[in-house]
Amino acid sequence: MNMHENETLFEMFILETLELISQLEEIALISEKGNSVKNRINELFRIVHTIKGSAAMMNYDNIVTLSHSLEDVFYYMRENHPINVNYSVLTDIILRSADFIKNEVNQIQEGNVPYRDASFIVREIEQFLAAIKNDEKLITQESNDIPPVGDDSKAESSTPGKNRFKVVIFFEDGCEMENIRAFNVLNNLEKYADIIRYSPGDIIENQKTAEVIKTKGFEVEFSTELAMDDMKTIFSETVFLNDFKLELADSAGLNDAFTEKSNNDMEFAGPTLKQSMISVSVAKLDKLMDLVGEIVISQSMVIQNPELVGLNLSSFYKASNQLQKLNNELQDTVMSMRMVPLSATFQKMNRIVRDMEKKLNKKIKLEIIGGETEVDKNIIEHLSDPLMHLIRNAADHGIEPAEERIEKGKPASGKITLEAKNEGGDVWIYVRDDGRGMNKKSILQKAKQKGLLKAPENELTEREIFSFVFHPGFSTREEITEFSGRGVGMDVVSKNIEKLGGVVQVESVYGIGTTVSIKIPLTLAIIDGMIVRVGKSVYVIPITSIKESFKVQESAIFRDETGNEIIMLRGNCCPVIRFHEFFNINSDAVNLTEGIIIVVESEGRTVCLFADELMGVQQVVVKALPGYIRKVNGISGCTVMGNGLVSLIVDVPGMINTS
Amino acid sequence: MAEMYEKTRETEDTQKGKYLTFLLDNEAYAIEIKYVTEIIGIQPITEVPELPEYIKGIINLRGIIIPVMDVRLRFKKQPAEYNDRTCVIVIDVEGILIGLIVDSVSEVLSISDDSIVPPPEIKKGSENRYIQAIGRVENGVRLILDCRKLLSDNETEEISRTQN
Repeated sequence: MNMHENETLFEMFILETLELISQLEEIALISEKGNSVKNRINELFRIVHTIKGSAAMMNYDNIVTLSHSLEDVFYYMRENHPINVNYSVLTDIILRSADFIKNEVNQIQEGNVPYRDASFIVREIEQFLAAIKNDEKLITQESNDIPPVGDDSKAESSTPGKNRFKVVIFFEDGCEMENIRAFNVLNNLEKYADIIRYSPGDIIENQKTAEVIKTKGFEVEFSTELAMDDMKTIFSETVFLNDFKLELADSAGLNDAFTEKSNNDMEFAGPTLKQSMISVSVAKLDKLMDLVGEIVISQSMVIQNPELVGLNLSSFYKASNQLQKLNNELQDTVMSMRMVPLSATFQKMNRIVRDMEKKLNKKIKLEIIGGETEVDKNIIEHLSDPLMHLIRNAADHGIEPAEERIEKGKPASGKITLEAKNEGGDVWIYVRDDGRGMNKKSILQKAKQKGLLKAPENELTEREIFSFVFHPGFSTREEITEFSGRGVGMDVVSKNIEKLGGVVQVESVYGIGTTVSIKIPLTLAIIDGMIVRVGKSVYVIPITSIKESFKVQESAIFRDETGNEIIMLRGNCCPVIRFHEFFNINSDAVNLTEGIIIVVESEGRTVCLFADELMGVQQVVVKALPGYIRKVNGISGCTVMGNGLVSLIVDVPGMINTS
Repeated sequence: MAEMYEKTRETEDTQKGKYLTFLLDNEAYAIEIKYVTEIIGIQPITEVPELPEYIKGIINLRGIIIPVMDVRLRFKKQPAEYNDRTCVIVIDVEGILIGLIVDSVSEVLSISDDSIVPPPEIKKGSENRYIQAIGRVENGVRLILDCRKLLSDNETEEISRTQN
């Protein structure tokens, strides 16, 4: 096999295995919560089996050994349906194994050989399995003493908490659609019990099952905490019921044609769902995006061609409008191809919350809203780190231990809400907690200590006070814990979000809770820009930063103590930045009244930019400055204008922070 | 198979020993042709603030944005006005594309290895750092430039920028 084939196999192994591991994690987490791991055993088995197979092909022995031992557990559980399984321990084992394999795959990705020894985990897994098998032996010995048709007292004593029953239901003659009625029975039954299996299995898809039910009845095996009498009452309320037989189930119960009932709490579409989807390499999508960008530029070069100035070309402009419409649609479609729902990233947070719960000994519930909101693939990759930080912060700083919460009159279990929604051209993500909230006073004090106050205390808005927490090294925690206190988290969050072209804000009410809001533009590649002229140069200001623009009157211009120019804007002082001074270029206008003022805002600070003239608004394709030119203060990129010239794109936060 | 080997060796050979020569004032310089991707006429340059003065700015090369360097300023000579003879030599040095603004471009010369001698040790003026060797040709010498040094020798500028 030549090099090329080798590489593709390699990449596919990594991609597939990572996907499978994340499915494994998800199922484990969801099932543990819904207490229904045993219903998903089949899936878990299949996933681990596939991982083992691929790893075996690539000769990664430690992964093979680990998956094999997990396989053994799932196989035993699938075939024997043990009752006394500690699902919490099992989930722990699954998650730890998933972590191990993930780590090894990451090693492989970096070109190293996976070398870590899995025998520690393997031993634990084997012990776990042995324990189950042992328990089973004991239980089957006990249940042999119990008469097959159980009455109440015995039913309650056999397995603490959960009772296992089998029911056969017969419907009235001539009621028709017995298979649908059987489905209704299942639906109803789910409210009270966990369905283990039922026969016939294909009641929805296969009409003929109605016949089977007419003659043999509809069999269901389930486990519930209710007693037999309760179940009798429930079943007797079945619509069109003719008769039913309810008895205590033993393991060697029903046979042939069974379906494992899949649970309703399953949100994601597993590999069994057939969708017409196709996987495309991200490189191709990137290339497509680039081409679309070039088309946007080409289009403006055609439409804004200087040779057309002054000509009467109504038919031409009609045609070019059509072209523009088509291009816009093309652009939208290509961008939507790269959009990926946030749900995968959000689901990862489940794991973090679970780990934090255990480590901090707190009860925390994670609520996820709007997971279907989509974001560009590039952005998703850079979101999970900041989100992890924020969730950790909320769990560590925010949510109080249960006793404290009860004292305050809050529910014992803290709640963290992760919400996403689309608004205009942006995606908003909120991380809300109902914990301690932030103390404005201590933040102000710390800020004073660090000399961060640029204005007198009483003039700072709430937003400005809270935004101090994004300062590097800022933390009002006295001790450093494993998760926070070093003051590194929020700073990293804000830098990462800025890199995505977004902004972070914090709102908090002391004692009630905190909300961190993240706003990210849907795409970085093409933005709406305001074109301004300064002397001979042309600059682009992203529309999202602009609040307004106007020609200023002499009367509104002042100077402060240091001689800096200030403009009064509806009662607020707004410092002036002269474009030509900031960038050291020539400009035509000298007096502020001759040119144009553009008011821009970033992170709560407002500034007036002074330029010669407004040229217009247009869509520009953002290109990075060539790598050879390192970072320039106040410039975030460049673009090619309609006339073929390169314009610089202004980095508004950078300009404001420098002045 | 053997033919393919011959062909590749030939193309390599056709590039070896060939230099593009250009003029700054009356001095003739040369760079190895393997670095040169194209030669274009001077076109409007977009200034970028905070760059060393010998980096005049950036230009649009069929959709790719590349920086341009005025070689006269790089060599600390007096700047000259650009006219219609001024050319931009686009070079690719280990993946970095950059345009070199020169007074005019002369020709492509073959200079064999035995006509190349190392540069003299002592020479005033900073341009010496960028001279890799000296090539002897019929009507004189050509100063062969070290393209990598041209791009990367930024010591003093780097320091002054980080201090800002």
